[in-house]
Amino acid sequence: MSAAKPKVAFYWCSSCGGCEESIVDLAEDILKVVAAVDIVFWPVALDFKKKDVEAMEDGSIAVSFINGAVRLSEQEEMVKMLRKKSGLIVAHGACSHLGGIPGLGNFWNKETIFNRSYLTTPSTDNPDRTVPLEKVEVEGKELTLPRFYDTVYALDQVIDVDYYLPGCAPPRDLIMNAIQAILDGKLPPKGAVLSPNKSLCDDCGRNESKPEKLVIKEIKRPWEVEMDPEKCFLAQGIICMGPATRTGCGERCIEANMPCRGCFGPTDQVFDQGAKFLSALASILDTDDEKEIEKIVDTIIDPAGTFYRFSLPSSILRRRRMEAIK
Amino acid sequence: MSEMNKRITIDPITRLEGHGKIEIFLDDKGDVERAFLQVPELRGFEQFAVGRPVEELPRITPRICGVCPTAHHMASTKAVDAVFHVEPTPTARKLRELVYNAFMMEDHTLHFFFLGGPDFVVGPQAPAAERNILGVIGKVGLEIGGKVIRVRRECRDILNYLCGKVIHPVCGLPGGVSKGLDEEHRVQFLETAKFAVEFAQFALQAFDDIVLKNKEYVDIVVGDAYKMETYYMGLVDKDNKVNFYDGDVRVVNTEGKEFAKFKPRDYLDHIAEHVEPWTYIKFPFLKKIGWKGFIEGKDTSIYRVAPLARLNASDGMATPLAQEHYERMYKTLGGKPVHNTLAFHWARLIEALQAAEAMVQLLEDKDITDLGIRNIPTEKPDEGVGVIEAPRGVLIHHYKTDPRGIVEETNLIVATIHNSAAISMSVEKAAKAFIKGGKVSEGLLNMAEMAFRPYDPCHACGTHALPGDMPLVINIYDKDKELVKQLKRD
Amino acid sequence: MTNGAFEPRLVGFLCNWCSYTGADLAGTARMVYAPNIRIIRVMCSGRVDPQFVLKAFSEGADGVLISGCHPGDCHYQEGNYKALRRHRLLTRMLEQFGIEKERFRLEWVSAAEGVKFQQVCNEFTEQIRKLGPLNWNGGKHERSQA
Repeated sequence: MSAAKPKVAFYWCSSCGGCEESIVDLAEDILKVVAAVDIVFWPVALDFKKKDVEAMEDGSIAVSFINGAVRLSEQEEMVKMLRKKSGLIVAHGACSHLGGIPGLGNFWNKETIFNRSYLTTPSTDNPDRTVPLEKVEVEGKELTLPRFYDTVYALDQVIDVDYYLPGCAPPRDLIMNAIQAILDGKLPPKGAVLSPNKSLCDDCGRNESKPEKLVIKEIKRPWEVEMDPEKCFLAQGIICMGPATRTGCGERCIEANMPCRGCFGPTDQVFDQGAKFLSALASILDTDDEKEIEKIVDTIIDPAGTFYRFSLPSSILRRRRMEAIK
Repeated sequence: MSEMNKRITIDPITRLEGHGKIEIFLDDKGDVERAFLQVPELRGFEQFAVGRPVEELPRITPRICGVCPTAHHMASTKAVDAVFHVEPTPTARKLRELVYNAFMMEDHTLHFFFLGGPDFVVGPQAPAAERNILGVIGKVGLEIGGKVIRVRRECRDILNYLCGKVIHPVCGLPGGVSKGLDEEHRVQFLETAKFAVEFAQFALQAFDDIVLKNKEYVDIVVGDAYKMETYYMGLVDKDNKVNFYDGDVRVVNTEGKEFAKFKPRDYLDHIAEHVEPWTYIKFPFLKKIGWKGFIEGKDTSIYRVAPLARLNASDGMATPLAQEHYERMYKTLGGKPVHNTLAFHWARLIEALQAAEAMVQLLEDKDITDLGIRNIPTEKPDEGVGVIEAPRGVLIHHYKTDPRGIVEETNLIVATIHNSAAISMSVEKAAKAFIKGGKVSEGLLNMAEMAFRPYDPCHACGTHALPGDMPLVINIYDKDKELVKQLKRD
Repeated sequence: MTNGAFEPRLVGFLCNWCSYTGADLAGTARMVYAPNIRIIRVMCSGRVDPQFVLKAFSEGADGVLISGCHPGDCHYQEGNYKALRRHRLLTRMLEQFGIEKERFRLEWVSAAEGVKFQQVCNEFTEQIRKLGPLNWNGGKHERSQA
């Protein structure tokens, strides 16, 4: 007598679909997965509906993988429902883990985003200043849309999350290891990020090329210089988030000769990835002269958008002050 | 009886642009009065790109879509080239074109076999359980199924190598790319390219055997329910041949005559976007005609993009084998332009063949391993437009920066959006054709899906390896909001 | 709050060797200065992690002060230079969050400068009083009232 296969669900919030693709990129391995589990909900792929999930017993889904950040009311409702119906929730990918790229919306709010999309973009032709509404009557018919929030949330700011699969998108071996761990019942303590707890620099092939005392005299933007494919980016004066970023990605961007932008988030010991990187970067600037410091700091354009590229919603401050947005 | 107001909700739509729902309203006779396809999603890229260094946008904008991130990455990189007034080196351009064609090839292949294809290959009336990749394999054979997975994996490995990662590539820089190709990999990837050409031809042969030789299918393709008369838009090279990476934008009217041809940077003179309060998506239309509403025919201002549109808007394919198939398609379907929406599937396979042939051409050129892959910009950045043909249509990235290259404004018109009016109209047309007298049947479900799937809307990714078809629930309420009937297709 | 008027809540990170001792001097000499600052002693101004500053703001501080040894006098040689660089970069970043640069202050106060410490506290308090409360509400959600 064989045990019933564990039920698995996948769902996407404010997502690009890349995490769905990361499952597909398991390629042949996905067949092993499909053989071992029962996928009961996956809007992008399968024909199960919201009401099918509603009808399930609480806790009957063994694990739900949820990707995407939460920024619409429909997404909040769905993840709350999945929390009820699932034994485990895995935040899949940078958006649900940290807020991700959509998290950059936290420098703005609903009004500024709507204004841009529907009123001020040069190609938009909207003399009546129409904007999407939560409820509207069109030719006598009522149509509804979910509410768009001012703020983007990481998944654990909305529901209780058991594990995190980091990355944008998470690499294949991390996903397979996670699924295998779930099937084998060999998971780490709750709340773990399912990737080693060290920084990228530890695994990076360019680590050896760092001088004994790493200092930066001048910051360079990637387009300004020929980038040496063997040398540590920071040693070349190019901002690379490696020191403040968890390892596990295989240094894919570094291999393509582009600096890290931090999509895996920080290690366990860090609350706020952006602040930690700021600290590290400031520490290695090679000057003690106040005027020179101002000059170098001037060349670090967009510190917040660079250091919090993927992690703004999960940072300590979470978002720009609403009063400061015009 | 009399005062009944019926509403049919299909929620969610799947294998479509992320989150979507369809609302169908019946009149007193039970015929479809109106149907709306609503897109309940928005993230705000145009706004939150503001304040970022412009060279970072090729790493931010791919997150608009994880299925076609390469399209955004390339359009963005081209826009950043324009902002810095710099051109890529010849080698960098070849590498970008290689990456781009590899991407087009694998993405189109994916859509046909896993997503849109099952409708055709297995048949619209086939049992739901068979309308998926497994059913396709059953029809075309295990060998082809294995080849689909293999050709996809190998093309994606080219992207993994040159761009860091295939989901959200990183290699684009103003004036070049960050990584070059060595001889060892040129030879290896050339094998992949040749296999891709062979496979694309195989796919077209399968299409011929399964669809074109079946009169019933051909009737559906040329039938009225899936026909829509619009204008067509696509990128063409200097000979007016289809080009995915670069060229001028050409628009032809409902009779196939050239209506406009313009440089990407002049897109604002030709394209405007209309807003409706019932959806988060906008509806592009031809500015010189003005918004005429959701209508088709010679008075329309609506145009379509993506495979069939590109072929309609061009004078031919740029590569020889693809050109043969282009001629065949138009001969079979009665000349240019073809308005039959289901022909998008055919055009898609022809494009996949051109992409594969282009890969071979690029990899046979030994200069692609040259070391000069960067032109360092020297001019002050200000404003630029980058346009590319995404698998799903014309993709426009427009950036304005301050003199330091910090983004002040962006405008993004994302491929699928150009088709949003046509998609909405196609759905309504299909609903009106198949729901009559209040009778809602299984057939409706299939036929409604088939109305939007040919457009291959952007979020269609996850169906790849799994059985599945669209989940459809149709709820029929009377005017007191009592559930009268429910039809399910699992 | 006195009479309902806004009383700034300030947090100060003072280095053990110079600034904290200077503040003590102000205290033992019974100098009167605005009571709004809550002092936290650290061994060096270079110990101040930017995360501390952000935490202070997110949990109700209207202003944050870091005070250390004068350049050249750091007990650990370079710590205060690190603090200086971090302060300049963090100030720039805080502006992107809409937190005015006046709210985050770096001062050099030596062990003998009780008077300077008194001046700094008074000045900072008045400056923030004029600027108004920060009212950091980034943590509150406007989500669906389920």
